[in-house]
Amino acid sequence: MINNTNTKKLLLKGGRIIDPFSKKTFVGDLLVENGVISKIADSIASRGKDFNIIDCKGLVVTHGFCDIHAHFREPGREDKENLSSGSLAAIAGGFTQVCTMPNTDPVIDSPEHIHYIASKSKNLPIDIFPIGAVSKNLEGEHLTEMMLMKNNGAIAFTDDGMSIQNPQFMKLALTYAKMVDLPILNHSEDIYLRNEGVMNASKTSSNLGLKGNTSLAEAIMVYRDLLLASSLDAKLHLLHVTTKEAVDLIKQFKSKNITSEVCPHHLYFSDEDIDNFNTNLKVGPPIRSKTDRKKLIEAVKSGVIDCIATDHAPHTLEDKETTFNDAEFGMIGLESCFGVVNKVLVKENGMSLKSLIEKLTVNPRKVMNIDRDLFEVGKKAQITIIDPNEKWTFSNQDIYSKSSNSPFLGHEIVGKVKHVVSKNKFYTL
Amino acid sequence: MLKSKHLIGLENFPTSDLKKIIDTSFKFKEILESPDRKAILLKGKTIVNMFFENSTRTKISFSLAEKRLGADSINFSSSTSSVKKGETLKDTIQNIDAMKIDGAVIRHGHPGSALKLTEYIDGAVINAGDGSHEHPTQAILDMVTIKEKFGKIKDLKVGIIGDILNSRVARSDIFALKKLGAEVVVCGPSTLLPSNAQKLGINVTHNIDEVLKWCDVVIGLRIQLERMHLGRIPSEREYHSEFGLTYERVSKLKKDIVIMHPGPMNRGVEIDSKIADSDNAVILDQVLNGVASRMSILYLLLGDKSEKL
Repeated sequence: MINNTNTKKLLLKGGRIIDPFSKKTFVGDLLVENGVISKIADSIASRGKDFNIIDCKGLVVTHGFCDIHAHFREPGREDKENLSSGSLAAIAGGFTQVCTMPNTDPVIDSPEHIHYIASKSKNLPIDIFPIGAVSKNLEGEHLTEMMLMKNNGAIAFTDDGMSIQNPQFMKLALTYAKMVDLPILNHSEDIYLRNEGVMNASKTSSNLGLKGNTSLAEAIMVYRDLLLASSLDAKLHLLHVTTKEAVDLIKQFKSKNITSEVCPHHLYFSDEDIDNFNTNLKVGPPIRSKTDRKKLIEAVKSGVIDCIATDHAPHTLEDKETTFNDAEFGMIGLESCFGVVNKVLVKENGMSLKSLIEKLTVNPRKVMNIDRDLFEVGKKAQITIIDPNEKWTFSNQDIYSKSSNSPFLGHEIVGKVKHVVSKNKFYTL
Repeated sequence: MLKSKHLIGLENFPTSDLKKIIDTSFKFKEILESPDRKAILLKGKTIVNMFFENSTRTKISFSLAEKRLGADSINFSSSTSSVKKGETLKDTIQNIDAMKIDGAVIRHGHPGSALKLTEYIDGAVINAGDGSHEHPTQAILDMVTIKEKFGKIKDLKVGIIGDILNSRVARSDIFALKKLGAEVVVCGPSTLLPSNAQKLGINVTHNIDEVLKWCDVVIGLRIQLERMHLGRIPSEREYHSEFGLTYERVSKLKKDIVIMHPGPMNRGVEIDSKIADSDNAVILDQVLNGVASRMSILYLLLGDKSEKL
């Protein structure tokens, strides 16, 4: 279990402090008093016994991570996850801020629904920012009340799960959201090309007799969205990019208003890993080819893709313990995120840890326009302390989500979250 | 009397003609307020009012203006005509023209229909609204109303709120106000603003409170509820909350502003009843000025030069 104490006088001693916002890295001490960073220095003296001193030697002390793509299933499917259990899963993954997706039951498509999530999240361990739906009931026909939703705390808009198909509606949504000055997040996928595809269209899908979902379904829709957003100069964030074609297009259209994310599982697996019909690898968009995976890794390293997002998507055992065709799409991802991306990007592909931390901290906050300058004296402490070299095998005991649909179970990953400071609490894992 | 033979739109209408129409309107207003209310200046002239689209106040206003001037007028509406039997616009109009008419007033759902009419008709053509293109007589009556209130139009600050994209009233008002030297800001949801607004020499904002603080006159436009079904605005509630001329908004202003609306109003959506019925609202003055303005337009386009007002 996660233990927590207050942060009356919490002294983090001797850690390697990485501040991705100011791009400073140094070994030093950091003092948190009553939830606020009160001092950062090479060495901070601790007089008196009321100090809670944490030896951070060999550990990295950095910003709390921010996940801009998580499904907490509340309201409607609290058996899979709720705001409270999702928050614990976030803490376990080193995340102190999470943006929640609106495809719940009912859909988060009104100011009242946004208010519900915002007010219900107030006393949870992390900051939760609700994302509102673009269209009423995710039907892709009627715009939601974006202005009133923003007034109630909506941080962005998406119909994630139901890709917006009608280009005229997408154009109006981008136009309206531009006025509201919030981004539209699209799950860019042409559903007619996707057809009944349950995995990437490939040799493996053909061998397994599973229906394939072509890369073109993503590429074509990404191109449409990029053209629309750039012609309107509107903010567009492309969710969970998976294909090499999409990466090339994003590179071509990249601007301050065009951002994108990649999920840990798309960086870690390739479609050949689905050789035993493992339903925990059934995800939308699908795990792609080795070539796509390689291209995604390059794109994160070069900055074409802005950030890592988990697409944490809890499902019950019943939803997954079935045939590949019948299984639900999605996997949980918060708890395993850092170990997975650190292993793939830093350990195996030579990315710097500092650079990876940017993709988990500053960049997602930038996409959502959340206060990014967190590592300053006087700011509310949101800190994650990690051992970047610890090898561990991801197991059921590491899961705090109500669901356990993770394909990483049994996999050895590298880099572990040790402690988290969030909302005046100090958590030890 | 005027340089122009027709009144199709204000974009290319000579400013001198526009000013003359406005100034003459005040003379007709005096006549309308006199016990007699008549000025038989178009005796023997035949005017056909062709309404291919529904209209209440514009149609009545033109009919009344024609009657007050002593013209013979014929009304034609598409719902009761051979248009219903499949006749083309060209044939309908040429048939009417063959009956010898001096002027035609046309309201049609398609932009450019009034201009098209000038090709088939010898008399003067007056555009009473062609799709989302122009509604010049509405703009003229708006100018008359503003001038009546302030004694001038030049340098006044005018805010236009609402569906600028689809509004012929907004377009004609903008052209008229710019010609007469007023400053114009338009405000509405981004989905109902033209993308080329800046090119018209006007400023665009989504913040109605800023506009109200800045302006001398605000023109609230009718928000067509069918726009909502076309997905351009999410709800009446959001529109009212963010773009409505609400009592809360207007009453907290530390100054008086003149409130106008071309009608018909959606009370409770783009304008609160308390505001529409307040002393600051000149919405009913606009209606009477509409008759005076149309008398002025008809007289200046169709009247004999010898018939002095």
